[in-house]
Amino acid sequence: MEILVCVKRVPDTSENEIEVNSDGTDIERDDLVYSVNEWDNYAVEEAIQIKDKVGGSVTVVTVGDEESEEVLRREMAMGADNGILLEDDAFEGSDGKGIAAILKAAVEKGNYDLILTGAQADDGAAQVGGMLAAMLDLPYASLVNFIDVSDDKKLKVGREIEGGNQEMNEIELPCVLSIQTGINEPRYVGIRGIRKVASVEIPTHGASDLGLGADAVGAGAAKVKRLDYFVPELGEGAEMLEGSTEEKVAKLIELLKAKGGIK
Amino acid sequence: MDFDLNTEQEMIRKEVRKFAEKEVAPVAMALDEQEAFSPELTKKMGDIGLFGMFVPEEYGGQELDYISYIIAVEEIARVDGSQAATIAAGNSLGIGPINYFGTKRQKEKYLPTLCTGKGLWGFGLTEPTAGSDAGASKTAAIQDGKEWVLNGSKIFITNAACELSMGVTVQAITGHKENGRPEYTCFLVEQGTPGYKALPMHGKMMWRASNTAELYFDDVRIPEENVLGKPGEGFHQMLSTLDGGRLSIAAMGLGGAQGAYEAALKYAKERVQFGKPISRFQAIAFKLADAATELECARNLLYKACWLRSKKRPFQKEAAMAKVYCSELMGRIADNAVQIHGGYGLMKEYNVERFFRDQKLLDIGEGTSEIQRLVISRYIGC
Ligand SMILES: Cc1cc2nc3c(=O)[nH]c(=O)nc-3n(C[C@H](O)[C@H](O)[C@H](O)COP(=O)(O)OP(=O)(O)OC[C@H]3O[C@@H](n4cnc5c(N)ncnc54)[C@H](O)[C@@H]3O)c2cc1C
Repeated sequence: MEILVCVKRVPDTSENEIEVNSDGTDIERDDLVYSVNEWDNYAVEEAIQIKDKVGGSVTVVTVGDEESEEVLRREMAMGADNGILLEDDAFEGSDGKGIAAILKAAVEKGNYDLILTGAQADDGAAQVGGMLAAMLDLPYASLVNFIDVSDDKKLKVGREIEGGNQEMNEIELPCVLSIQTGINEPRYVGIRGIRKVASVEIPTHGASDLGLGADAVGAGAAKVKRLDYFVPELGEGAEMLEGSTEEKVAKLIELLKAKGGIK
Repeated sequence: MDFDLNTEQEMIRKEVRKFAEKEVAPVAMALDEQEAFSPELTKKMGDIGLFGMFVPEEYGGQELDYISYIIAVEEIARVDGSQAATIAAGNSLGIGPINYFGTKRQKEKYLPTLCTGKGLWGFGLTEPTAGSDAGASKTAAIQDGKEWVLNGSKIFITNAACELSMGVTVQAITGHKENGRPEYTCFLVEQGTPGYKALPMHGKMMWRASNTAELYFDDVRIPEENVLGKPGEGFHQMLSTLDGGRLSIAAMGLGGAQGAYEAALKYAKERVQFGKPISRFQAIAFKLADAATELECARNLLYKACWLRSKKRPFQKEAAMAKVYCSELMGRIADNAVQIHGGYGLMKEYNVERFFRDQKLLDIGEGTSEIQRLVISRYIGC
């Protein structure tokens, strides 16, 4: 099975304290540590597991700049066979629809049976997977937490639904799936894997390679614009607990009891 | 001059750090408390390739440059000293001598397993009467036909008496030169050889999750093919092993210092007294500023020593300097990290308490700080 996984480089929330910058237009990006978006990492692991079972190849693709190459390389060290960087000044400032349009063009350049995205990105709006499927006119399932390859025409996919319930579907290939965390246990990147990919060339495609006009992508085409970034004011009734973890837990239990949350 | 690490080295730092935080950090405190060596964690470290990093691929290694190895040790030490000890001793002292001095047959026999982390090998130099003064050792071997008969004992030998221990390299006196000085040979003694006993040592203040052993050799018969390299080369093999080992101890100091510094910085920004974070008090801020400065110096010194080694240039003086500087730096930073944590820093619930204890070994193992200064003073002509 030929699998394409769309991945994104995002600020690593476990390594950074994320703060809004002084004019509220963005987060403070100096000295930020970046990683591959967590959901995407689960998607790549799932793709590698499918490949190991039924054969084929895994390609990882990202829309980004030169620095985004590091997440492609990382996912290749993990076991993806190929990486593709989609980079062009014309892509800058794209909204979710623009990103989906760029990815659509990349999908059409290949011959993929299965396209995976993360369910959402740490810094995103969980929109690209669905839009990409619609643009490609392919079947789509979101929040997928189980995949079983039935044959070369169909998959069985599990979806998490409200209230922790589980749903099982059959979906025809080719299709687009957005992957939920917890679908598997992503492997660590080993040193042998790093050695294999540290110096491989990763191909880059720009707007003209993909046949994309400047009017379809980038800031000019964006119809969703971020107006502001801010930390909400503490509302009435919100209370930050202080102290050690044990003290916080003790206080929380006390409060829950006092307000009738637990008996 | 180029201070950039290459892509491979950057990736190794990032991925080993991720592994250390997800797999080592959650269990470090409990393993320390129970004084327990963890075979499972050792195998996991093996799975991601932390053993045999500088060993050629044909023997199951990763065939990396020395700086990559040092970065990996640094990143494990940033989270826990004991696990870094298992890695540093496993590579520099266990795998190193077999890799650099072993015959083809010896390398083929031992290295593939040792490079997976499913087996560990010790390096037995220190004896009850011979610590800094390695020349005062008494363990000796006598040739008897195609075998050698080994008698004596060793103490404080890392990785030599745990579930994964496969054997130990033992330095023994095998004769005397014309000038009356002893001649040394190293032997590869396999676990289970009759007459060889390895007992774990308990009650350590530091590195409590690292395995330390006392070894006894009582008429142990060792086949000729288990002489490491050639007879008579033991002293040179030992010195060269220790030169490399110093770099990995330095990496433990640097990584531990980094970990303690980060913990202290984070705590200082969160802990509020007199209405503001304590990081805003100059007495605290300057301690952290000094730590950041010295970390920069230490890293440059250690990487320079590794760089010299990989260029096959003399690096012994710089290795001794890096060892003593990085080790003592972790002492200063861990001390201040506890100080910055106040009373909480004295509690086992906070990692800096363990860092404070773990550091002390670095001033003592693989050549005490005094011995490093002795080495340096000889190089500068005192
Ligand atoms: C946890 C642990 C793991 C270890 N792992 C290993 C291992 O895997 N393999 C191995 O072979 N050994 C190992 N060692 C042993 C370690 O290398 C020795 O402890 C170290 O070399 C010091 O020897 P010593 O303890 O006998 O101290 P001594 O040599 O007795 O030193 C006592 C004090 O005297 C000072 N001193 C000695 N000579 C001089 C001098 N000429 N000038 C000034 N001061 C001097 C020392 O600096 C020290 O302060 C380990 C030790 C520990 C604690």
